[in-house]
Amino acid sequence: MSEINKNITPPVIEIGILGWLRKNLFSTWYNTILTLIGLYFIYLIIPPLLSWIFFDATFSGTTREDCTSSGACWVFIKQNMKLIIYGLYPSDELWRINIAYFLLTVSIIYLLIPNLKYKGIVGVFLLFVFPIICIFLFSGGLGLENVETRLWGGLFLTLVIAGVGIVLSLPIGIMLALGRRSKLPVVSLLSTIFIEIWRGVPLITVLFMASNMFPLFMPEGVNFDKLIRALIGVMFFSAAYLAEVVRGGLQAMPKGQYEASQAAGLTYWKMMALIILPQSLKVVIPAIIGSFIALFKDTTLVLIIGLFDFLGIIQFVGTNPDWLGFSHEGYVFAAAIFWVFCFGMSRYSQRLEKKLDTGH
Amino acid sequence: MRPSKFSNFIFNRNVQGTFYQAITLSLVILGVYYIVQNTAENMMARGLASGFHFLGVESQFDIGMTLIEYSPTSTYFDAFIVGLLNTLLVAGIGIFFATIVGFAFGIMRLSSNWLIAKIAETYIEVIRNIPLLLQIFFWYFAVLRALPKPKESIEFMDSIFLNNRGLFLPDPNFSEGSSVIFYLFWITIVISIFIFIWSKRRQNRTGITFPAFYVSAALIVGVFFASLAATGFPVSFEIPELKGFNFKGGMKLIPELVALTFALSMYTAAFIAEVVRAGIMAVSKGQTEAARSVGLKEGLVLRLIIIPQALRVIVPPLTNQYLNLTKNSSLAAAIAYPDLVLVFAGTALMQTGQAIEIIGMVMGVYLFLSLFTSILMNLFNLTMKVGER
Repeated sequence: MSEINKNITPPVIEIGILGWLRKNLFSTWYNTILTLIGLYFIYLIIPPLLSWIFFDATFSGTTREDCTSSGACWVFIKQNMKLIIYGLYPSDELWRINIAYFLLTVSIIYLLIPNLKYKGIVGVFLLFVFPIICIFLFSGGLGLENVETRLWGGLFLTLVIAGVGIVLSLPIGIMLALGRRSKLPVVSLLSTIFIEIWRGVPLITVLFMASNMFPLFMPEGVNFDKLIRALIGVMFFSAAYLAEVVRGGLQAMPKGQYEASQAAGLTYWKMMALIILPQSLKVVIPAIIGSFIALFKDTTLVLIIGLFDFLGIIQFVGTNPDWLGFSHEGYVFAAAIFWVFCFGMSRYSQRLEKKLDTGH
Repeated sequence: MRPSKFSNFIFNRNVQGTFYQAITLSLVILGVYYIVQNTAENMMARGLASGFHFLGVESQFDIGMTLIEYSPTSTYFDAFIVGLLNTLLVAGIGIFFATIVGFAFGIMRLSSNWLIAKIAETYIEVIRNIPLLLQIFFWYFAVLRALPKPKESIEFMDSIFLNNRGLFLPDPNFSEGSSVIFYLFWITIVISIFIFIWSKRRQNRTGITFPAFYVSAALIVGVFFASLAATGFPVSFEIPELKGFNFKGGMKLIPELVALTFALSMYTAAFIAEVVRAGIMAVSKGQTEAARSVGLKEGLVLRLIIIPQALRVIVPPLTNQYLNLTKNSSLAAAIAYPDLVLVFAGTALMQTGQAIEIIGMVMGVYLFLSLFTSILMNLFNLTMKVGER
């Protein structure tokens, strides 16, 4: 046996970029074929898409006559930006929405930056104070002019529906989950029936019900606003899904936690609020955010009952005779915005999951 | 101080429980009573009669696509059935394609090939995070409506045509003798099942394996083609032809149906892909290694060890996705595909004003499908349950 030669480097083909390529793309003959097919697909899709969106696109101009290039004409979006973001909200009152946008953005950025103090206070502000400010800002009162909800629209309306849904459906969902797990047969049966009915039907039928049946349920003369009816429908629908998510977390709690808190003499509500819910909600945070993402995507359905949310407004400006034939731009823009919101939320939940994972 | 009898009584758990339940129940009953009362008054004020008599009345509206005989003189109940069948049709086709595409992308995502895995991941992340309704709009308004006129249709093999009027496919025509082929086909399938049972039993008894799969595949395919040849190819295809401004003959799929099934299958496929990936990853590596060390071949490891265990994890969420697809097919209303919601909760509701009965029936259909599926799933979980240690 000769001495080991320490100067021999690994073969070039095994390390570095070449090694990586060989290992991950060309390891066998069929992997090579798959890689080539994949590259061909990328070649087919990506360059035309990029040139349509960026390189051949028109960015400047004011009318459709400026759309002369072969790519997308973003002038369409630019010219209708006010409608897309604020809906038909009166121009003089837009500052009210802007304040809300500003407060929302600042608080969310504050919550996202790690290691800052007073996050709890900001969270409480966002959940409890901010919605109340918004109610007065948006609809009027306290000296502000009233703005009817039929003028609400665009991204603003989408965020209102999603926000109300998220803020209100979580507590309802938690109550329903507790109800379903309750030892009291009547409570548990009622909660189960409620959850299963809402989960068993599509959101569209819920919205149809909200717009056609709610008026029948109320005494004569009481007439709910169309938006409020839709909000109630969305809220219960989302609460039923959240209830099942929360129930999963409750079931994941080891029995010892219940027994220990009972042994310590806690009442049912104290046990739930102090011991069980904090732990079980933490486990299901990713699933809860998943439900919020679903809710956010589902807000688009309100356009079917005649509310002009973000997608509804884009559909609407596409039918404007001055801008016929620009639906591609509208849909791609809407898709990009929705994607950023949803993907952002899902990435955030993954980060949170890692951060909160105390492991055992 | 000793607690009195009374405080013993009111702090008793059972007594408190009963008390809370009584309160809840009476609140719910009061709420329901209030709603029913209001509804009755409102309906009286609007001159609406409650009940299902309207189902037997002539509907007086036409539906763009019907799988059964239907005309404006048909009843509302017929319209209900037409809508229901259209919903089930979309759901069926959607589930078929979503499963294929979803499994493909789920497996691709786990590929050792980096590029393929990335392509699958990109597809899943893009599609999952865009609202379904937007995707339906995109395929319907931006793609199918923008297709060329029938004269300049996109052709595949001179028999499939795609244009802004829809998708035109060859329509199979079964003439005499085709029933023989049909029966023979089913008979060979039954025989193959017996071959499988027999070979399994023999293997358990003697350990000798029998290539049951290849034999039965050869049997089914062979008999099928042999019978085709023997009866002189009784199946012919009617190919759509361009006559005037549109295609005549063949099978026509309206653009709404094409857009809806396309969007539904692409969207659900992204979710199914994640389900499949999770299922395969749930089978621990030790299982594969143990199977290999027992000496099983690579194909057998997959077939006997990985797939059965992965399926147990995959099937429940998979059916859930199927259910979601069926419920999501109600978005048809947005592009005017005549599904249950559009035909019944839309047009029929508008004409009759019977909101409660109609929405109740529509919700009932979806509820029935959900409950039916969850019962099936519970049965499946019972039979597939692993003995827990």
